Amino acid sequence: MSEHRTPFIRKYIFSEDHKVIGIQFLFMSLLFMIVGGLLALMVRWQLGYPDRPMPLGTLFPESLMPEGHIGPELYNMLFTMHGSVMIFLVIIPNLTGAFGNFLIPLMIGAKDMAFPRLNMLSFWVALAGGTVMASSFFVEAGAASTGWTAYPPLSAVAEFTGVTRGQTLWIISVMIVGTSSIMGAVNYITTIVNMRAPGMHFFRMPLSVWALFITAILQLMATPVLAAALGMLLFDRTLGTHFFAPVGGGQVLLWQHLFWFYSHPAVYIMILPAMGFVSDILATFARKPVFGYKAMVFSIIGIAGLGFIVWGHHMFQSGMNPALGTAFMVSTMVIAVPSAIKTFNWLGTLWRGSIRFTTAMLNAMTFVSMFIIGGLSGIFMASTPVDIFIHDTYFIVAHLHYVLFGGSLFGVFAALTYWFPKMFGKMMNETLGRIHWALTFLFFNLVFFPMHYIGMQGHMRRIYDPTQYDFLKPLQPINEFMTISALLLGAAQILFVVNFVWSLARAKTGARNPWQANTLEWTTTSPAPHGNWDVIPTVYRGPYEFSVPGVVEDYLPQDRSGATIPSPLEAAVLKPTRA
Amino acid sequence: MRWLRLPEGVSTISPTIDQMFYIILVVTGVAFVVTEVVLLWFAFRYRGKPGVRAHYTHGNGRLEVIWTVVPAIMLVFLTFASRTAWNKIKGSIPPTDETVVVTGSQFNWEFRYGGADGQFDTTDDIITSNDMRLPVGAKTLIRLRSKDVLHSFFLPYHRLKQDAVPGVTIDVWLEPTKTGIYEIACAELCGFGHYSMRGLLTVMEPSEYRAWIEEQEAALQAATAGETPEEAGESAAATAPPA
Repeated sequence: MSEHRTPFIRKYIFSEDHKVIGIQFLFMSLLFMIVGGLLALMVRWQLGYPDRPMPLGTLFPESLMPEGHIGPELYNMLFTMHGSVMIFLVIIPNLTGAFGNFLIPLMIGAKDMAFPRLNMLSFWVALAGGTVMASSFFVEAGAASTGWTAYPPLSAVAEFTGVTRGQTLWIISVMIVGTSSIMGAVNYITTIVNMRAPGMHFFRMPLSVWALFITAILQLMATPVLAAALGMLLFDRTLGTHFFAPVGGGQVLLWQHLFWFYSHPAVYIMILPAMGFVSDILATFARKPVFGYKAMVFSIIGIAGLGFIVWGHHMFQSGMNPALGTAFMVSTMVIAVPSAIKTFNWLGTLWRGSIRFTTAMLNAMTFVSMFIIGGLSGIFMASTPVDIFIHDTYFIVAHLHYVLFGGSLFGVFAALTYWFPKMFGKMMNETLGRIHWALTFLFFNLVFFPMHYIGMQGHMRRIYDPTQYDFLKPLQPINEFMTISALLLGAAQILFVVNFVWSLARAKTGARNPWQANTLEWTTTSPAPHGNWDVIPTVYRGPYEFSVPGVVEDYLPQDRSGATIPSPLEAAVLKPTRA
Repeated sequence: MRWLRLPEGVSTISPTIDQMFYIILVVTGVAFVVTEVVLLWFAFRYRGKPGVRAHYTHGNGRLEVIWTVVPAIMLVFLTFASRTAWNKIKGSIPPTDETVVVTGSQFNWEFRYGGADGQFDTTDDIITSNDMRLPVGAKTLIRLRSKDVLHSFFLPYHRLKQDAVPGVTIDVWLEPTKTGIYEIACAELCGFGHYSMRGLLTVMEPSEYRAWIEEQEAALQAATAGETPEEAGESAAATAPPA
C-alpha cells in the first residue's frame, strides 16, 4: 500500500481506514454534543427562570421565541431534540462508531475491518441521518416535539402537536442512523469473530473489545425492530394507516412495546462499551490485572441477554396488565446482579494497586462512582409499587443522567484522554484535563443530584412551567440552583474543547506506548499507519499482565514473547500457545 | 434528614408505596455508602508510591460468589416485597362505593358522575371540568379514558398515577384518607399545553359530598327546565318516538 500517494480525499474524507472513520465519527459526535448540550441549557433556562426571556433569545426568530421567551411549543422541541441528539447522534455514534471503529482492529491485531467500504458507508449514512435531524429545526412548524420516545398518537397525527414535517424528518433520520448502526454492527461482529491475530483467543481479548462485540450483537438484533416500528409510525403519519390509532383498530401500546424492545437494549448499547473502556483504563493505571476478568465477560453477556426481557419496566403505568408488570420487575431486578458484579470487580481491580491519577484514571474512577448511584437509583423504579409514584418524575431524569452522563460521558472523557495519543500521536494536556475533570464532576452532581429530591416531591418531567402547580412552587429555588449549576457545567466544557483543539495543534511526540499498557494498539506507531502493522503481532498472553512477579517492568505487552510465567487465569482456561 | 422524606400521603395505598420506597432507600443507601467509601479508601490507600509494586492477582473465586449471591438475595427480597405491595394496589379492585369516569383530552380533565340514575352516558350525568370531588374514607372506582393522545392521571399526594390510553378504559381505585384540596397533574407528555393540564381534587366529608352531588343534580335539572321552549321542543322532538 503506497500510503504517500493516497489523494487527500481518499485519505481523510472517503477513507476506508477504520481509524480515520473512527475519528470522523468522533468529530461528528463531539460536534453534536455541543448542539445537544446547548439544547439542554435552553431547557434548563426555562425551568429555572420560566418568566424571564432567555439571554440572546432575541437572536432567534420571533416565531420561535416571542420577545426572547421560550414558548411551550419550542420547549417541547428542545427536550425532544436534546434527548434525540444525545442518544442517536452523540453517545451511540461515539461509543460504537468512534471507539468501536478505532479500537477493534487495533486491539485484536487486525489490519482493518472485515468490510472497509461498508465501514466508510456507515459513517456517511450516520452523517446523513444527523443532517436530516438537524435540518428538522429549520422546516415549517419546527422540529419534533413528542419526546425522544415519540409516543403515538401524539407523534402519529400532526394536528396533535402542530408539528408537520419536523416529526416526519425525525422518524426518517432515526431510520437512517439505525441503518448506519446495523452496518457497523455487522462489521464489528465479523471482524472480531474472524480477524483476531494469532494467539488472540476470545478470553485474551481486552474487555473493551468484549463490550463492543456484545454491543454489536445487541445493535444487530434490536435495531431492526425499531426500524419496523418507525416504518409503521411513518405510514400512520403519511399514508393514513392506523397501526397505532384506535379509530382504525390500531393499538396505542404496540408502539411502546416495539420502541422499548429496541430502546432498552439501546440503554445497554450506551453503557456497555464505556464499561469496557473503563475496565481497561482502571487496570492500566492501577498497574494491576482486571479483577475477575471472566466474571466481567460473563456479566457483559448476562446484561446483554437480560437486556432483551426487561423492556416492560418502562410501561408499568401504561395500562399494561399488572401481572406482566410483576414479570418485568423480576427480570429487571435480576439484571442488577451482573451490574453489581462489575462494580465489585472494579473495586477489586483498585485493591492493592499502585494507582496513577492521570486525567483518564480520574474520569474512569468517576464513572465507577457515578454508575453506582445511577445503578442503585434504578432499583427504585424497578420496584413496581414505587414506580407508581416516581414514574415520569425528575427521579427518572436524575437516574438516566447518572447513567448516561455520570457513566457513559465520563467514560468517553476517560477513553478520549487515554487513546488520544494513539489517535493523533500527541498527548492531551494533563493539567487542563484535571481541572476539567474536577469542575465537571462538581457541577454534574450539583445539577443532577437535586433532581432525585424534586422527583421525590412529585416534580413531573417534560413540564414547560413548573410554577403552574402550587405543590411545585416551593421547589423553584432548587430548579434555579440546578440551572445555574448547569450553566457552569456547560462553561466547564469549554476547557475540554480548548484542551482538545490545542492538543491537536501541538507537535507530534509519536510515543508508541505512553501509558505503559499491554494491549496490542500500543505496539504500533502513534498514529498507526493504514494497515496498522507491517507484520501482524502474535499474542502470547491476556491483556492485563501488570506487575507480574519476576518481570522487571510493571507491564508485559500481549505480543512480547519469551520467558514469562503464564497467568493463572490462562493456565486454567486455555491451552498454552507459547512460541 | 427531612429531605429524605416523601411528601405527605393521603390515600390508603400511600403507606404501602412509601414503606417500599423507604425499604429500598435503606438497602441502596447502605450499598451506596459502603461502595463509595471503599472506592475512596482504595484511591487513598493504594495511590502510587515510588518503589511500591501492585499486588499481582487475577481475582478470587470465593469473593465472586459472595458478591454475586449477596446482591441476588437482597434483590429477591425486594422483588417479593414489591410484588406483595403491587398486588395489594393493582390486584383485583375491591368493592367500591362511588364511580367517576375521568376523561383526558388536550388539555383538560373531564369528570363524569352518574347522576340521579347512577348510569353513565345518560342525560343526567354530572360533568365537571378540572374539578373532581370525592368523599373521604370511601373507595371510588376511577374509569380512565382519553379522547385524543396519551395522558397520565397523577395525584402526587395520593400516590396515584395511571396513563389514560385512547381506545381503552383503564380502571383504578382510590380511597382518600384526608379532606382537603389537592392538585391533579398530567404526567405523560400530551402536547404544547401539557404543563397546564392541571385540575383540582376536593376531598370532602361524605355528607358534604352528598350535598355537592345533590346541588349539581338540582342545577342540572334547573338548567334543563330553564331551556327556552324552542330548545325544549327540539329535544322533546328528538327523543319522542315518531307519531
